[in-house]
Amino acid sequence: MIAYALRRLLGAIPTLFVIVTLAFFMMRAAPGGPFDSERRLPPEVERNVKAAYNLDKPLTQQYLIYLGKLAHGDLGPSYKNKDFTVAQLIATGLPVSARLGLSAMALALLLGTALGVAAALKQNRWEDYSVMSVAMLGITIPTFVTAPILTLLLGIYGINLFGHEFSLPVGGWNGGALRNMILPVTVLALPQTAIVARMMRGSMVEVLRANYIRTARAKGLPVSRIVLGHALRAAALPLVSYLGPALAAILTGSLIVEQIFGLPGIGRYFVQGALNRDYTLVMGVVICYATLIVLLNFLADIAYSILDPRVRMS
Amino acid sequence: MISFGQPFRLAQEVQGRSLWVDARRRLFQNRAAMASIIILALVAALALLAPLLSPYAYDEVNYDIIACSPNWWPVETACRAPGHIFGTDSVGRDLFVRVLFGARVSLAVGLVATLVSLVIGVLYGATAGYLGGRIDALMMRLVDVLYSLPFVFFVIILMVIFDRNFILLFVAIGAVEWLTMARIVRGQTLSIKQKEFIEAARAAGVSPAAIITRHIIPNVVGPVVVYVTLTVPGVILTESFLSFLGLGIQEPLTSWGVLISDGADQMETAPWMLLFPALFMAVTLFCFNFIGDGLRDALDPKDR
Repeated sequence: MIAYALRRLLGAIPTLFVIVTLAFFMMRAAPGGPFDSERRLPPEVERNVKAAYNLDKPLTQQYLIYLGKLAHGDLGPSYKNKDFTVAQLIATGLPVSARLGLSAMALALLLGTALGVAAALKQNRWEDYSVMSVAMLGITIPTFVTAPILTLLLGIYGINLFGHEFSLPVGGWNGGALRNMILPVTVLALPQTAIVARMMRGSMVEVLRANYIRTARAKGLPVSRIVLGHALRAAALPLVSYLGPALAAILTGSLIVEQIFGLPGIGRYFVQGALNRDYTLVMGVVICYATLIVLLNFLADIAYSILDPRVRMS
Repeated sequence: MISFGQPFRLAQEVQGRSLWVDARRRLFQNRAAMASIIILALVAALALLAPLLSPYAYDEVNYDIIACSPNWWPVETACRAPGHIFGTDSVGRDLFVRVLFGARVSLAVGLVATLVSLVIGVLYGATAGYLGGRIDALMMRLVDVLYSLPFVFFVIILMVIFDRNFILLFVAIGAVEWLTMARIVRGQTLSIKQKEFIEAARAAGVSPAAIITRHIIPNVVGPVVVYVTLTVPGVILTESFLSFLGLGIQEPLTSWGVLISDGADQMETAPWMLLFPALFMAVTLFCFNFIGDGLRDALDPKDR
């Protein structure tokens, strides 16, 4: 088991290396640089600035310097956000993004599993059909449509809850207050909830047909025991391998959600950085995202091999 | 006396029912899929005929009717624009014709990018599956590495590098989507290569070329067609995602993503600007998904 985990962890290093290399050279292939502006700098100032950031050296040498610094955990200074290092910017943005993403992920997993199990238990009845139609809606309507519509309904028109007019804030972070989190997290979790529900229904339907479930039924166990004690573990297996792609999708979605709701996460830094040619910032965010995804894929693999001992053999 | 010399012959040649005839029959019976095909054809026809259907050009600005509602809009609005059935946008352009031009771009991106991913994915996957062994292992390892990259980020970087080039948008998205296709094709090729009916064909002396074209490809095509119909809506979403961030299609040309992005800004005062593009896009994505599901049911008799 430990050997397997180590082998998988070592396998992640070339992946990260490829990501860093690709991102570095793609970013540099872009025309224009971080210090191009409307007002041209005097040539000698420009030369000094470039020298300070090693931008005057050949590209391969810059690449090696960057790798060397990266190996020490140094992501370099941001070119555009003066006086900030990339690490500092990520340190301010990451907690926001992480909280948003993890909440959305947890919500999607819990709600999706519950809906999927409910649909599977009522297979081909109206409960099943309604859950699956709503799930189809969740998959086909993109985040940037649900976000404004929900904002309009819940944020601007407001809801009447037990006689109290109540409306959610339409944007801003406010130190991560629950009120501010509800809308972005819901929007972010919606498509993933739908996908999880569909997957869960599919695998649950299959598991419920298995012989050991029939045995459990024959013993007279209540449905809740059968589902929670026997079926769920087997049915959740495909879900575990979906964790990686789900995280990637949520991170991608957070680019949009952070923009729409004006949240200070790292997704916004990425888009701004890419548009401003802020090489180091873009690299830093890409590395950060990639590490998260690789790490979660690794954890998912480990969880999979614990849940399903057959996997460890191969 | 029975003569053993005469070859055994059936009284009548049995008309074989091919996989595709069966599949078509099953697809025709699927109401959701058939309705989706008709609706999608309608949207495509509207998109193609867009210039003929409206007296307005897609970039025709009219400052007299800025963000006006259509005449039939049920709620009281600041101004109405008779003759514009979907209303007008924030510089007074006709929304109906813009939604249809957006459909052109979105559908074109969807189809072309999917085609790019189809070509790369099928070639790559079939090569890996057919060659097998160490080359296969190496090729698929590369796919694994690429798979764990946050790809949308690379598309964003690409769009920045090539300054929102229209053609590149197709290629970039297609180049991202081929990985799953390659995996599907390779897996199919590998498993079909070892099936008994292939062995039987080989034993009967069928040439390798005929085995591939008559037995392997028809069996690979099923899952590939299903995946293609599910890739198109994914690509349309990716394009609109990029356009929403301001990295996709540029004005005055438009796509559903651009229109939705504009509409979301004006949502409080001019909800029709969000409603119509969002509706068209959602219906189209719905249709593609239903067709994909229908095709999967039709082509995969195992599931019934």
